Amino acid sequence: MFEDIGNLFHGFAVVAQPFNLILMVVGIVLGVIVGVLPGLGGANGIAILLPLTFSMSPTSAIIMLSCIYWGALFGGAITSILFNIPGEPWSVATTFDGYPMAQKGKAGEALTAAFTSSFVGALFAVIVITLVAPLVANFALRFGPPEVFSVYFLAFCSFVGLSKEPPFKTIASMMLGFGLGAVGLDQVTGQLRMTFGFEQMLNGFDFLIAVIGLFGIGEILLTMEEGLSFRGKVAKLNMKVVLQTWKELPRYWMLSLRSCLIGCWMGISPAGATPASFMSYGIAKRISRRGHLFGTGEIEGVVAPETAAHAAGTSALLPMLSLGVPGSPTAAVLLGGLLIWGLQPGPLLFTEQKDFVWGLIASMYMGNIVGLIIVLTCVPLFASILKIPFSVIAPVIMVFCAIGAYTVHNNTFDVMMMVVFGIAGYFMKKTNYPLAPMVLAIVLGDKAEEAFRQSLLASQGGLSVFWSSGLVSTIMILGLIALFWSLIQNTASKLLGLKREPLPAE
Amino acid sequence: MNDTVHDTGGTGPSHRSVEIGVAVAMAILALIGMYGSAKVGIGWGAEGPRAGFFPFYVSLIVLISCVVNLASVFRKPSDGRLFAEWGQLRQVGSVLVPTAIYVGLVPYIGIYVSSALLIAVFMRWFGRYGWPLVLAVSIIVPILTFVTFEIWFLVPLPKGPLENWLGY
Repeated sequence: MFEDIGNLFHGFAVVAQPFNLILMVVGIVLGVIVGVLPGLGGANGIAILLPLTFSMSPTSAIIMLSCIYWGALFGGAITSILFNIPGEPWSVATTFDGYPMAQKGKAGEALTAAFTSSFVGALFAVIVITLVAPLVANFALRFGPPEVFSVYFLAFCSFVGLSKEPPFKTIASMMLGFGLGAVGLDQVTGQLRMTFGFEQMLNGFDFLIAVIGLFGIGEILLTMEEGLSFRGKVAKLNMKVVLQTWKELPRYWMLSLRSCLIGCWMGISPAGATPASFMSYGIAKRISRRGHLFGTGEIEGVVAPETAAHAAGTSALLPMLSLGVPGSPTAAVLLGGLLIWGLQPGPLLFTEQKDFVWGLIASMYMGNIVGLIIVLTCVPLFASILKIPFSVIAPVIMVFCAIGAYTVHNNTFDVMMMVVFGIAGYFMKKTNYPLAPMVLAIVLGDKAEEAFRQSLLASQGGLSVFWSSGLVSTIMILGLIALFWSLIQNTASKLLGLKREPLPAE
Repeated sequence: MNDTVHDTGGTGPSHRSVEIGVAVAMAILALIGMYGSAKVGIGWGAEGPRAGFFPFYVSLIVLISCVVNLASVFRKPSDGRLFAEWGQLRQVGSVLVPTAIYVGLVPYIGIYVSSALLIAVFMRWFGRYGWPLVLAVSIIVPILTFVTFEIWFLVPLPKGPLENWLGY
C-alpha cells in the first residue's frame, strides 16, 4: 500500500517532465477536438494517432493517448449542451437536460456543471484504480490459462447480459469479431487459416482498421444520412458563472457519489460509459425530488450522466491495466497500443513496468486537472469548430481516417478494408448490432484462443478444466450469471409480480 | 433510436428487409469461416486442438445467432418501418462513392493528390463553395498533412507521380 503511494509519486515525477507535460496538453486539446467533431470519437481518434507514437517512449505515448481519451470525454459534453448533438454516444443523456438549459440561457451553468462533474467522476475512478488495480494485479499473478480464459469469458458474457441490444445480436457481432481476429497466422501452430490464398490476409484483420472503419467511416455515413445542420447556442463562460455554479454543486454530493459508483461498476464490467450515463440519469430521475422536471433543464440531469460517463470511461482502464481485459473500445485501442510498443498488458505490468503503469496513473490525475482548466477556459474556441460546415469537415475526417488506416502497416489494402468496415458499421449500427463487443473480440481473439487451447491441452480436451478449482469455477459462474442476466431479471420480476419501469432514455 | 425520424412519409427499403440482409450476410461469412477452418482441421492434433478448432466453433455460434435473429425478424409482423428514405440513402451513397474512388486512387497517385481531389469534390459538390476557397482548402490540408507526417513525425505516406516529380 505505502509502496504504491511511493510509486505514484515517482509517477508524478515522470509526468512532470516538460516533454510529457506538453504531450499532455496536446493530447487534451486534440481529444476535445476529436470529441466535438462528429465521426471522430475517442476510440478512432486514438487509433488514427497511434502510429505517430511509435517513435516515442511507451510512457510518453500512453500519456498523450490517454489524454486524448480524457479530452474526448470532456468534448462530448460541449456539443450536447450547445448544439443538442451528442459528439459521443455517452453524452446522449447529457442532451436531455443540457440543451434545454442552454435554450434557457443557462449554457454557462450547464457547461460548468458538466465539466466539473466529469472531473469528479474521473477523479473518483482514478482513486479507485490507484487503490484497487495493484491488488487485482497481484491477485491475478496466480492465474493460469483456465483462469485467464474464465476472465475473458466473464468480460464477454457481461456484454451480452448488460447490453440493451438483443442478446443474439451481441453474440453474433462478438463472435464475428473473434472469427475476424482468427484469420491469418495461427499463433499456436504457425499454420495459415482462412486466408483462401489471398496474400493480403496473412496478417489477419487488424483491429485498428476495424475501429477506424466501424466508428469513423460508419459514423460519417450515419451523419450524412441524417443531414445534420448545426445550429448552436452561443457559449459564454466567465469566471462568475463558474464560481456560482461551483457554489451550487456541493448540494448534489449524494447524486455525485451514486453516479460515481454506477459509473465505476459499469466501467469495470465492460458495459461502458454509454449505458452508465443512461442508467445514472434514469435513477437520478426516479430518486430526485425534482425528477418530474427532468428534461426541462435541470442541473441534476446534467450532473448525473456526466459523472457516471467519466467514472465509467476512466475505470474501464482498471481491468485493462490489471488483467489485460479492456473495459471499452477506447481502452481496447490503448491495449493494442501497449502490444505495439512491446509491453504485455496484464498483471505482470505492475511488477515489470512500474514507470509505465504509475506514470499512466499519475497522468490520469494530472490530465483531468489540466483538462478541466482547458475546457473551462477554451469552450468558445472548441464550439467554433462546429461552425465549420460538414461538407468541409467530412472529407478532411475521411482523409485522416485513411492516413490512420494506412500508417498501421503501411499498406494501401488496409485503407480499402477500412471502407468495407465502414459500410459494415453503418448497416450494423442501423440494425442494432453493437460494435464494441466486435472490436474487443478482434483485439482479444488471439489471447482468448491461446488461453482456451492451453487450458484444453492441460486437460486433454475436457471442458471440466474450467470447473477444476474454486477460483476458476467462481469466475465462470459469475460469467454465466452475467450471460443470462436479463433472463434472470425478467424471471425474478415476474415471480415478484413487479413490472420493471423502462428507463426513460429509450 | 431512429424510430421517430423515419415515419415522415417518403419511401425506401423497409427496415425488415435490411435486417434480413444483414443477418444473411453474417451467416454467409460464418459459413465461409467454417469452411476455412475445416480445411485446416478442427479436430485434435499432435499439439492439442488444431488451428481451425477455435474459429470453427466461433463461426458456428455466429451461424446459430443469425438463425435466431432471422427467426425473430420473421416472428414479428411487418411494422412498415423504413430503414431509410431513398433520398437519405442517396446522401449516403454520394459520400460513399467518392470515398471508394478515393481509396482506389491512393495506391496510384498517392494520398496527397487524391486527398486534395476528395476535399475539392466534396466542397464543390455538397458545399457549393466558390473555386478560390475550394482550391485553398483542398491544397492547404494535404500540404499541412505532408509537413506533419513526412517532415515532423517522419512517417512516410503513399506517394505518386507528382511527389516523385517534386523529388520526394
